[in-house]
Amino acid sequence: MTIKASEISVGDTFEEVLVEDLKRTQLVMYSGTSGDYNPLHSDDKYTTEAAGYPGVFAHGMLTMGMTGRVVTNLFGPENVKKYGVRFTNQVWPGDDLTGKAVIEAIREEGGETLVDLAITTTNQNGDVVVMGNATGRVEA
Amino acid sequence: MMFRRSIGDFSVPDTGMEDAAAPPTFPQAVAQFNPDYFLRIKPGEAWFGSGKNASGVEGQASSSGGLHAEQHFEFERPVRPGDVLYATEKAGKTWEKESKRAGKLMFSERIIEYRDADGTLVCTARGVGVKTERPVDQG
Repeated sequence: MTIKASEISVGDTFEEVLVEDLKRTQLVMYSGTSGDYNPLHSDDKYTTEAAGYPGVFAHGMLTMGMTGRVVTNLFGPENVKKYGVRFTNQVWPGDDLTGKAVIEAIREEGGETLVDLAITTTNQNGDVVVMGNATGRVEA
Repeated sequence: MMFRRSIGDFSVPDTGMEDAAAPPTFPQAVAQFNPDYFLRIKPGEAWFGSGKNASGVEGQASSSGGLHAEQHFEFERPVRPGDVLYATEKAGKTWEKESKRAGKLMFSERIIEYRDADGTLVCTARGVGVKTERPVDQG
């Protein structure tokens, strides 16, 4: 259910489990749908032997995409006006991710009711992996 | 539908006929439609990646390959099935920073504007890539 301005207040928090025990299969699937075949996300041999990482890791855009579910579940995908993040830590297979949105503002602009969200996604250790903001249209 | 599935979004039933707006990060899949995209396999060229030997993309540095630092989308209207969008890409700012975990960081910004057939702006995507001096320390 999408949110309505009359039913929310600044400071309200919405949390959603995005993934538990992230699978390599999902990394492969995301490479396929996005076209991002960077071997860092699918090729363990390359990533460990040539690139010097402990293993393949998730596309930032996969984490941003999963985190976007928190945004689209609150606004509906057709009502998202802005969504932006910074990638602060890598995401690894096996990670559990939880997305959180905090209502920062409810405002009127150009005849529309807009809601600003502060977004963070954390892993099972409490490390923030993405943080950002989103703005969407809501019913009054 | 495939894209939505790949980010674990099952909010729209998979009917193959749905006309729900695309997830906000979908414009990133523009890579699928860019014949020059560097991670796209091209006729007559070998697939990149490890076969017998560890290998990445020919001509690309290995340890200091690019990572994604930031991504921002701004929508004038939602992107929907059936839309035909035209993308124009331009370079943005570049800057550098020192970090304890990965040495020198070289940031570069890339802005892609998506317009419909009438030239009306639909979405602006601003990405920031970072090349690291060495792999990011996991300690």
